Amino acid sequence: MADKLRTLQQLESLQAKYVGTGHADTTRHEFTNTIVRDSYASYIGHPALLGFMSLGMGEPKEVVRGQFIEKMIRGVGNPPVKEED
Amino acid sequence: MATTSSMFMYSLTLQPPSDITAAVLGQFAGTREQQIVTASGSKLTIHRPDPTQGKISPLFTQDCFGIVRTLAAFRLAGGSKDYIIVGSDSGRITILEYLKDTNRFSRVHLETFGKSGVRRVIPGQYLAVDPKGRACLIASVEKNKIVYVLNRNAQAALTISSPLEAHKPGLLVFDLIALDVGYENPVFAAIEVDYSESDQDPSGQAFEDVEKQLVYYELDLGLNHVVRKWSETVDRSATRLFQVPGGSDGPSGVLVCGVDTITYRHNNQDAHRVPIPRRRGVLENPERKRTIVAGIMHKIRNQFFLLLQTGDGDLFKASIDMAEDDNGQPTGEVKALKIKYFDSVPVANSLHILKSGFLFVAAERGNHQFYQFEKLGDDDDETEFSSEDYPSDPLEPYSPAYFHPRPLLNLALVQSIESMNPLMESKVTNLLDEDGAPQIYTICGAGARSSFKTLRHGLSVSELVESELPDKPQAVWTTKLTRADKHDAYIVLSFASGTLVLSIGETVEEVTDTGFLSTAPTLAVQQLGEDALVQVHPKGIRHIRADKRVNEWPAPQHRSIVAAATNERQIAVALSSGEIVYFEMDTDGSLNEYDERREMTGTVTCLGLGDVPEGRVRSSFLAVGCDDSTVRILSLDPDSTLENKSVQALTSPPSSLAIMPMVDATSGGTTLYLHIGLYSGVYLRTVLDEITGELSDVRTRFLGLKPAKLFRVSVAGQNCILAASTRAWLGYTDPQTKGFMLTPLDYPELRHAWTFSSEQCPEGIVGIQEQNLRIFSVEDISRNLLQESIPLPYTPRKFVKHPEHNLFYVIESDNNTLASSTRSKLINETPAVNGDATILPPDQFGNPHGTEHWASCVQVIDPVTAKSVIFSLELEDNECATSIAAAPFSGQDDETFLVIGTAKDLKVSPRSYSAGFLHVYRFHEEGRELEFIHKTKIDHPPTALLPFQGRLLAGCGSDLRIYDLGMKQMLRKCQVQTLPNIIVGLATQGNRIVVSDVQESVSFVVYKFQDNKLIPFADDMVARWTTSAAMVDYETVAGGDKFGNMWLVRCPPKASEEADEDNSGAHLLHEKGYLNGAPARLNLMTHYFTGDISTSMQKTNLVNGGRDVVFWTGLQGTLGMLVPFVSREDVDFFQELEKQLATEHNPPLLGRDHLAYRSYYAPSKGTIDGDLCETYFLLPHEKKEIIAGPLDRSVREVERKISDMRTRVAY
Repeated sequence: MADKLRTLQQLESLQAKYVGTGHADTTRHEFTNTIVRDSYASYIGHPALLGFMSLGMGEPKEVVRGQFIEKMIRGVGNPPVKEED
Repeated sequence: MATTSSMFMYSLTLQPPSDITAAVLGQFAGTREQQIVTASGSKLTIHRPDPTQGKISPLFTQDCFGIVRTLAAFRLAGGSKDYIIVGSDSGRITILEYLKDTNRFSRVHLETFGKSGVRRVIPGQYLAVDPKGRACLIASVEKNKIVYVLNRNAQAALTISSPLEAHKPGLLVFDLIALDVGYENPVFAAIEVDYSESDQDPSGQAFEDVEKQLVYYELDLGLNHVVRKWSETVDRSATRLFQVPGGSDGPSGVLVCGVDTITYRHNNQDAHRVPIPRRRGVLENPERKRTIVAGIMHKIRNQFFLLLQTGDGDLFKASIDMAEDDNGQPTGEVKALKIKYFDSVPVANSLHILKSGFLFVAAERGNHQFYQFEKLGDDDDETEFSSEDYPSDPLEPYSPAYFHPRPLLNLALVQSIESMNPLMESKVTNLLDEDGAPQIYTICGAGARSSFKTLRHGLSVSELVESELPDKPQAVWTTKLTRADKHDAYIVLSFASGTLVLSIGETVEEVTDTGFLSTAPTLAVQQLGEDALVQVHPKGIRHIRADKRVNEWPAPQHRSIVAAATNERQIAVALSSGEIVYFEMDTDGSLNEYDERREMTGTVTCLGLGDVPEGRVRSSFLAVGCDDSTVRILSLDPDSTLENKSVQALTSPPSSLAIMPMVDATSGGTTLYLHIGLYSGVYLRTVLDEITGELSDVRTRFLGLKPAKLFRVSVAGQNCILAASTRAWLGYTDPQTKGFMLTPLDYPELRHAWTFSSEQCPEGIVGIQEQNLRIFSVEDISRNLLQESIPLPYTPRKFVKHPEHNLFYVIESDNNTLASSTRSKLINETPAVNGDATILPPDQFGNPHGTEHWASCVQVIDPVTAKSVIFSLELEDNECATSIAAAPFSGQDDETFLVIGTAKDLKVSPRSYSAGFLHVYRFHEEGRELEFIHKTKIDHPPTALLPFQGRLLAGCGSDLRIYDLGMKQMLRKCQVQTLPNIIVGLATQGNRIVVSDVQESVSFVVYKFQDNKLIPFADDMVARWTTSAAMVDYETVAGGDKFGNMWLVRCPPKASEEADEDNSGAHLLHEKGYLNGAPARLNLMTHYFTGDISTSMQKTNLVNGGRDVVFWTGLQGTLGMLVPFVSREDVDFFQELEKQLATEHNPPLLGRDHLAYRSYYAPSKGTIDGDLCETYFLLPHEKKEIIAGPLDRSVREVERKISDMRTRVAY
């Protein structure tokens, strides 16, 4: 039992430390949100990739960078309505 | 496991990326001079701006094997030297110091704070340092912020504290800077959005209500913790922050920049806001709002100003007015923020103002610019916009500000630093017919600053004199009159039957009273001893003393002198009988013949004598080349004069010899080399042991088909060797790696050459080309690729070469840009108001913006003769060109047509379009003009085109189709859906087609002619976002993806054979697919992370007679190659070397694990990192020996192996 508890604690600390770490009850919305936000963070963080995308979009890198962070706020959209139980 | 791969590639960079992603200015050398440190890809470079020449030149480049994301400079209080903080993908913060003496970066601190890699919550995206150098903050896009306190210990060494955290989940950071607060507690300002509420609200209301906040974080130095000190809601569109000086210099605070707004904010001040002025003109949409993309704050004495740049490239000067009290004294309260137009420069990644009055613009795309300030825009008549006239809330109505852009007024361009970023595509081919080495043709740049560039291996040469002579000279020398002279006095020309002496002065004219024998050709000229001259001619040696007394030593009867070698104290001549006569100068300045003559076995073809080493009376070796294909080293020491020391056998008789010391990486100092040129056109360089005279470490290089002649010259302060064959080559030591380089000069063939030194040209070379005397100099030996550019009007996308003629066809398209027809319509129709109709040159001001408009064209380029665009054709109706091919159609007697695929109303994200077209053009005037034949509407824009068996293969969306040319339109003959997304590339061999998808790697398709069917038979199991792919053999494909990986995949032999069997069409067609894909899967052969997105790939050779390599180009301007290994032993050697360098002796500077970096997205497989191996050259000698030990080789052998990997196939 102690082992299980420790595992759980470890998992919880990981979830607190690394945003997006999953758990048994991760919903589809949470999961896809994580993917979207991780992707945008990665596009911004890799200079070559940001340059590649800004070139395709015909905008300066800085504008594209701002747009991508803006998109991270929204993620995939509104969360689903929670069912009362 | 990587070690079990059956295929190994050696990856090398030929030209590092030229995109500057981050740059920082500071006094890194500890002197008053400022340097610029830039980051390009994984490389850190320190540049030295030279204010006197107005030039910027690199001092040192280091590959960090990690992605450099941010740079910052800081100085401890009271210090005089700036340190560099680097934010990278290593999950560590690195503090570097530049050591001026050794010209290296040295790591001072390396602190781990998180996982490696570029991640959402791992700091590294933002880096800010307190202006007083007391603390730094490193932050991620989301949640994490870490503060380090910087200080010095009792030994005055830099210390770094343990990290202080200021994390908050659900917080996104748009920008982060340090505030200038003088000596109060350090404060950092960030623009933040908290999304945690919006994430919990299903109604979407919380998202609508999200606010953007400006937040101050204060580091309490007393309590050693970070607090959120102040926050204020700012404009929702704000993305950038700029520091405003504080303390005694200004009011402190920040400028918050958003869409059409710049606001001054501080916790104890009111907000002051100005709009961003918009361009006025007939081609400008007056409603379009601008954003600030870059900027820089600069302090001069008690003043400061900011230069802020919009996405158009316009610079604005912003300044702050302080309120005054009744006595006219400033109160510390901000009265107004003012802004006015300054100048227009290319859109920058970062701007830097140097104390010496220069502006460095690290351009986002295209060449970086170095400007000199001529004025600070203080007294011009530009309208100044003040915040007093505008509401501080951007939602309140206000009238926008406008200005007229104009040519540079305050800045003057002094240097444009070549950059190939973004590099869109390249082709390697030989159009110049210069003994074999192909050229690299590339399209690069974006918008109106695009260009078509030709790259050639070579050194640039600046010509000083070219004059025709009355006869064809055989040889040329220059000489000083006395040993103390700094410059040369005579040019001596030897003709078939005489000698001509020219004096060097204000003018170059013939002189006759020099004492030289003018009736015979000359073999050698030398300034001897203090003030004498020597001329060696076939019949004797003339020793001309300072008082013009001539001593003549006649050659023995019936013999003549065939070769001579001289230095300032010694002369050796070879007679036609094979004897060698040796002279030495004695103390009274006369020449003494050594009493014995040495008889050689064969005819002597050439002699070589080194310079007298400093502090010695003679050079101890004479090199003798004989026609029995040997070179012998004879001793000149008094106790063993003319005795044999060593022999080197050669493949052909030597034509020229030179003994010369050169700077060398192995020994760390200079090493004596014997340079040998052969009649076969081969050049050899061997190490000559200074004590024993032994020859070792022979390196050979084929120069050309003519005998190689060697001449000692001096370039950039070092001894170099000029090797003349069908081209002139310069052998020199690379200023950074100290490795030996041999590069052809961008100059015609030379018959003979010599050093030339005059007051105007201290380090020149004089040469004979046909009947001309030419004087030239080589200035820059740090770049060995020559560039030529042809400007293009829009971003080039793809290009093809005419199958027969030396012409290229480039398709160009620019998003959000007005097409030229729309522009001329606007200009003609709009009534112009005072100066609105001024048409600005697009290369400086960019093309006019038009949201969702495309400007696109096709251009014909002649890079060989005309070196310009010779024909262009603009596309109409908002179409943009997406693909191009020159395809012969068998239905039209194999006539070649140019086919262009276009998209109408294309939107990039999310992708949409109203239609696609195929345009067909006929070539006229040998391809110099294009005639429109017809265009065919198709449902999806064709994104890849390829000629295929007399028809055209087109990738339209996810469909692969074959089209034939009809009278009215293109006729679809056959179609298959191969891949799920968009086809981006096609390659073919025989009946096999390799199709690359934007997302799903490559798949193999076979065309069955009998059944007229395209059948996919093999695909990949990993989703690779392919950007370029090329077939390296019938089964193997090399490709690169969007994330910077390079890979080779191979079709299993069984599937490959089955696909090509006769009548296997039906069988293949009905074979069961495997896991929703094709029946067979490709095998991964090699995988490697390069850091740059590959934009083209080609299997080609790069040097004359070199093996084929996979040549690739990267978006950021990288040129690289993969060289296949031939033997397993080499692989083992390099794997061991790589391991030693990466883990023990030279781990990457930024603390990124080398193997983890090269395995960024997938484990590195079957690839040796040549760039890492080449860092061996840069190590100190002791480390080199430690590494060489376990490899069972000497340092010299290891270095030779590394340099051979490069020089055998490339440069």
